[in-house]
Amino acid sequence: MIIEGADLNNREKAMFALRALYSSHGFSLYRMSKFEEFDLYARNRDFMDSASIITFTDTDGMLMALKPDVTLSVVKNNRHIGNNIRKVYYCENIYRVSPKTHYFKEIMQTGLECLGRIDDACICEVLLMAAESLDVLSDSAVLDISNLDILSQIITSCDVSGEVEEQITKCIGEKNLHGLLRICAENGIAGQKRELLKKLITLYGDPEEVIAELEEVLQKYSEDMDEEARIVYNESIRKLKMIVKAFEGTGLEDMLNIDFSVVSDLKYYNGIIFKGFVEGVPDGVLSGGQYDKLMDNMNRNSRAIGFAVYMDALGKLSKFDGEEVVIRG
Amino acid sequence: MARMLNIALPKGRLGDNVYDMFEKAGFECPSIREKNRKLVFENKEAGVRYFWVKPSDVAIYVERGAADIGVVGKDILMESKPDVYELLDLGTGKCRLAVAAPEGFEDDPEQTLRVATKFTNMTRQFYASTGRDIDIIHLNGSIELAPILGLSDVIVDLVETGKTLKDNHLEVTQIIDYISARLIANKSSFKFQNKQIEKILAALTRELENREETN
Repeated sequence: MIIEGADLNNREKAMFALRALYSSHGFSLYRMSKFEEFDLYARNRDFMDSASIITFTDTDGMLMALKPDVTLSVVKNNRHIGNNIRKVYYCENIYRVSPKTHYFKEIMQTGLECLGRIDDACICEVLLMAAESLDVLSDSAVLDISNLDILSQIITSCDVSGEVEEQITKCIGEKNLHGLLRICAENGIAGQKRELLKKLITLYGDPEEVIAELEEVLQKYSEDMDEEARIVYNESIRKLKMIVKAFEGTGLEDMLNIDFSVVSDLKYYNGIIFKGFVEGVPDGVLSGGQYDKLMDNMNRNSRAIGFAVYMDALGKLSKFDGEEVVIRG
Repeated sequence: MARMLNIALPKGRLGDNVYDMFEKAGFECPSIREKNRKLVFENKEAGVRYFWVKPSDVAIYVERGAADIGVVGKDILMESKPDVYELLDLGTGKCRLAVAAPEGFEDDPEQTLRVATKFTNMTRQFYASTGRDIDIIHLNGSIELAPILGLSDVIVDLVETGKTLKDNHLEVTQIIDYISARLIANKSSFKFQNKQIEKILAALTRELENREETN
């Protein structure tokens, strides 16, 4: 059967283009119900604000939710992966409160998840898939990557309360240098810790330049660091360099930036995290990263990485104007 | 050629002060000084397009990408929490967000405290952190009137010199935070207009340093 896709709108065309991309790279389509037991979100309330979820009572009296998130469901339904890698992609509508309008919103989302024995090759593959997704959607895109382990290590060494940790993370995410310096002054954070935190805000852009400058700063303060911190920083930089190398010769290398202001909840995410932007769209359109800590919290003996593309945020997607789509079956 | 950078400035005295800083930093737009009702002003050579908006709307223009960068009070950022970069404290428009009460007011912890304010989110957050039970009365202006007429026990508002409070027999009882104008940027614009935004950020930082040296 061949279906001519002439009547598809640009968002639907983009969705099919992304599905074709993911399945051609060995990811299998993961379908799921629109409903999930509310208990899943109540147990992971820091990961997903349960107040922003639409709930209803099922016929047997169980409290259910209209799915506000895909990742938790994928993790929940993949218990026994062992030494394998499970590669899935999804195209789903999710339901949550819009942070801008404060009303419930149906959000079209696609993305992929890798669960299991995640190694360096797998991390690079997911990053390349993220970049290729952006390339499908726009001729002008940026993929910002960060390694959350660096921020995590600096904050650990600062030995401050959870509240101050959150304030520091917020300032890094906002590129708010003046706010960060105020928090440092109020909490006695000085010397190399303060300088490293400052660098996470001021360093941005070309991966090789950023890595070189970060290495220089870390080298300068290496004598003040303990062995554990040195190992974390070295490993974090190795991973960033590995990703830069993986992009060489793909034609996607110009899209890559390092931006340490890409932050996520330190309780769930770790290692490489990233965010994608396309020119002309005011919000990030792609977001992802490693979430080994979420896997730990859900008693899964494996690691994970994935990303989501927010189709609703993509606007008119003029790249697809006049594009023909043929669906073969 | 890079496109023009859209800059949202808050209407009023703060906006005038901030424009002076942009001008001294090398991003002048002479037509903005003309007396007329125009809202948009361009300087193609400098690559900047300014527009005046209501101060409380600047963050929305920037968050939604209608403006690439803008200047907004920290009070508005704290109240509406827009998803933007906060790049610089411009050190102008300084004031305090404070609780003020009639002179000699004594808080009775057995009673729910009635608080009049336009900053409902920050007020709720502040009193939640102290565990005080409150009833928030949202007002849009003339907040000082509320305790005088018995509408509220106290107010939460911006205090610059304290003269309005004094004239109405009110006094500051607690300071919640210190406020000043901030340079903010849309996250996507920061990626795609990075060189222009970094150039303005560096020039304004230098201008601030010069001011500090002069003072």
